[in-house]
Amino acid sequence: MTSAEIAVDIENVVKRYGSFTALHGVSLSICENEFFTLLGPSGCGKTTLLRSIAGFEEVSSGTIRLKGEDITGLPPHKRPVNTVFQQYALFPHMTVTDNVMFGMLRSGWSKTDAAQRANQVLEMVQLGGFAARKPAQLSGGQQQRVALARALAPRPAVLLLDEPLSALDLKLRQAVRVELKSLQRETGIAFIFVTHDQEEALTMSDRIAVMSNGEVQQIGAPPDIYESPVNRFVADFIGETNLLDVDVHSVSDGMATLSLPGGHGFTCPAAAMRGAGKGHLSVRPERIALCAEGAGDLDATVTGRVYLGTDIQLHVRLADDEAMTVRLQNSETTIVPEEGSAVGLKLEVGAARLLAD
Amino acid sequence: MASKTDLRRFPGFLTVTIVCLVVLYAPLIVVAVYSFNASTSITKWGGTSLAWYVDVFTGPEAPKFQQAAINSLVIAITAAIAATIIATLASVAMTRAGRFRGKTLSFALISLPLMVPEVVTAVASLVFFTAIGFTSGLTTILIAHIVFCIPFAYLPISARMQSIPDLYEQAAMDLYATPREAFKLVLLPLMTPGILSGFLLAFIISLDDFLITNFVKGAGVETLPTAIFGSVKQGIKPNIMAISTLMLIVSVIFVSLSWLIGRTGQDKNQKT
Amino acid sequence: MAAGATTSGGTVSNIYKGNSAKLMFPAWAMIGFFLLAPVGMMIVYSFLTKEFRGGVIWEFTLAAYDQFFFDRGLFGDEPPSIEWTYIGIFWRSIWQAGVATIACLLIGFPTAWFIATRRPSTRSAWLFMITIPYWVNLLIRTVSMKFLIRDTGPLNEFLLWTGAVSEPLGLINTNFAVQLGLFYSYLPFMVLPIYASVERYDFSLSEAAADLYSSIWTTLWLVILPVVKPGIVAGCILVFVPSLGAFLAPDLLGGAKTFMIGSLIEEQFKGSAGNWPFGAAASTILLSIVMAVLLIYARNQNKGSER
Repeated sequence: MTSAEIAVDIENVVKRYGSFTALHGVSLSICENEFFTLLGPSGCGKTTLLRSIAGFEEVSSGTIRLKGEDITGLPPHKRPVNTVFQQYALFPHMTVTDNVMFGMLRSGWSKTDAAQRANQVLEMVQLGGFAARKPAQLSGGQQQRVALARALAPRPAVLLLDEPLSALDLKLRQAVRVELKSLQRETGIAFIFVTHDQEEALTMSDRIAVMSNGEVQQIGAPPDIYESPVNRFVADFIGETNLLDVDVHSVSDGMATLSLPGGHGFTCPAAAMRGAGKGHLSVRPERIALCAEGAGDLDATVTGRVYLGTDIQLHVRLADDEAMTVRLQNSETTIVPEEGSAVGLKLEVGAARLLAD
Repeated sequence: MASKTDLRRFPGFLTVTIVCLVVLYAPLIVVAVYSFNASTSITKWGGTSLAWYVDVFTGPEAPKFQQAAINSLVIAITAAIAATIIATLASVAMTRAGRFRGKTLSFALISLPLMVPEVVTAVASLVFFTAIGFTSGLTTILIAHIVFCIPFAYLPISARMQSIPDLYEQAAMDLYATPREAFKLVLLPLMTPGILSGFLLAFIISLDDFLITNFVKGAGVETLPTAIFGSVKQGIKPNIMAISTLMLIVSVIFVSLSWLIGRTGQDKNQKT
Repeated sequence: MAAGATTSGGTVSNIYKGNSAKLMFPAWAMIGFFLLAPVGMMIVYSFLTKEFRGGVIWEFTLAAYDQFFFDRGLFGDEPPSIEWTYIGIFWRSIWQAGVATIACLLIGFPTAWFIATRRPSTRSAWLFMITIPYWVNLLIRTVSMKFLIRDTGPLNEFLLWTGAVSEPLGLINTNFAVQLGLFYSYLPFMVLPIYASVERYDFSLSEAAADLYSSIWTTLWLVILPVVKPGIVAGCILVFVPSLGAFLAPDLLGGAKTFMIGSLIEEQFKGSAGNWPFGAAASTILLSIVMAVLLIYARNQNKGSER
């Protein structure tokens, strides 16, 4: 990556509130024309980071650069970035058009240009007919689009989105995801999107930064994050997983030989594991196949079955009392074992991920 | 539903409420009715007439009461404007500046006029104005009124401001508004209902005051309440009832206005 | 977070923080210079020597307090004896204010409860009806009450006409008239805070209590009272404090026998007595009582919120 391609460069950013540290030296780069997601549980620092980019939080130390230019000390109104707020923050006393024109008029656009551009962005979010309404007269979904239009109208260098979908209901949320993604392609600017919803992150992002406790745990494309989590937190936070305590006997040529609970041997990519020792094996529930007892890598007893529609979730228990879940696709040919029956579990070698202790 | 467990319907509470309203309204209604009495004897009913209203504007005491009414209005409007401006600035600091040194003390100071008994404020003001040799008619009344109107203007304004999240100002600044523009274009318009009801409240409170005015007023200066009090001391005359009824109507109009403004403000808030 | 949370930290508060002194200054100056300083000066005056035509001579003395509390005087040869006249007036004021407060509570609580349990749409209309009289000039309201209850007033005329009484009730110029006047003046102050606390009460709690075998009275005592208590206490203070120093109700509705603090003080400055230091001393004592009540209230409030 050359610096010209980097839209936002965050270097060693620390944010302290009194004795509490919200960001422990975060460094990451967001490319031009990239849909970049900050993902993590509440309190992980993702919103603080976004607000630091917008200028709403003064960072305690570190540097934030926008297209190579240091903006760390600039107040929010001097930063060419715009935010879509979680509660939209549409000005209730202004019409939709006035809301959309607000940013342009403050940044030196002429009235006619601003009005023209406002029409254009409102068309873009399919709200052309609502220009004269007040925010209170719009539905939640429409308000969300106005917020988007308002933030995009002044042509910001980067668009920041602070959990903008969390106030919408499920159906609408799914529809807006697709639109948001295509809007990002259309405008060709970087979107930095904050969410705690991993499904949202996985479906929309070019890259995801998983955050926890004020630190970036892993940055990568959605498949990397999902299939090759670098640590227990990421494995556990993204999707469902089974974490098994394993003993690694040796590592050679990037492959690790280990023994599973119950004593069966197993070989899989070593990943971050450098040598023998205790480790954790992360196996996704859908990457486990059922087989006859004794024929697989693990033996278990079925303790419960949950019908999920597309899938059937099987709760099983290993000999050492460890609980695991297995997902079976719901089809006519699927044979679902009875509760209490003994089964064997076969792990997909490529999908099992070894994590250091 | 079993009415035994429904505490919302205590029997007899409606009766008490009605008693409460009767006690509150009976004197006012009686005076309003008797102000239309044609008889010169104020207790005997002599038919309906507007004679006493005519008397208020043209009778022998008309110039005195008119001057008093003008004084009252001038003081109430000026005091309410001044108190509203002071209270608006204070509530911006109290609700927007986060924690700052002397915040608790500032709040105590703003509420002080509410805590000090009226008669004590009256004595203190009289003593103070006399000591600094400041006894010129309307000005002393005006200053005293501004002081005790500040908390009354402050309460609705700061309540309104507390209900406006600073998110809107953040959004404005995110959209390139300078702090000054964010205040002028976003916060101030959103505060307007609160500012208006604060102004109306201060206005009514100023108009209402008798005790403090009576202490600090210069010789020969009267406001409506002090003029009415002086007149009532000689006995209740019918023209007082007509004036009272007029003032009652003015008060009701102002309170209704204030209530309506407050309600539209709330509706807006609830919808967004 | 919903509306109501205003300071999420960050820029907005930073911008105003630097200006907080400038924004607060007019309020500080006005109240500090024209209320706080005058109250201080009033306290100083209470220790000065009186001048007979009103005003003071700048000479320190405890004469005002001496006159207030002692008959034979603190500095005479004889042992001092307590002067009961003024203490009696204070005591009567406390008594009258107390009776008015209890009357307000007895009528105000059911009223507030009734209003708070209406549907939200009708609630504000009831509330509006309760508050309107408060906004009508206090003097006019008191005069109206005087007109209504005096011996030749409409109330007695009506009662005589119906034959319910054979002679006028003689309400005016009695303690009862003053209590009625105070009650009438400050009733909305009782209703509003109680209303606010009852409105916050979640009535499903009492249903839960009933479900758990609690009788209606146990529920009232154990579940509802703790919730509405702050409203009741606030209401009592809002009625008691202004009643204590009230001037109009005792002056217009009461007679010589119902003299209260407000009239005593007024007489020193506006009336015939013309003893400024004594009036300042009486005011200082009144202020001390009120501040003590408010301090006790504030301390209990803090205790309550810490729990």
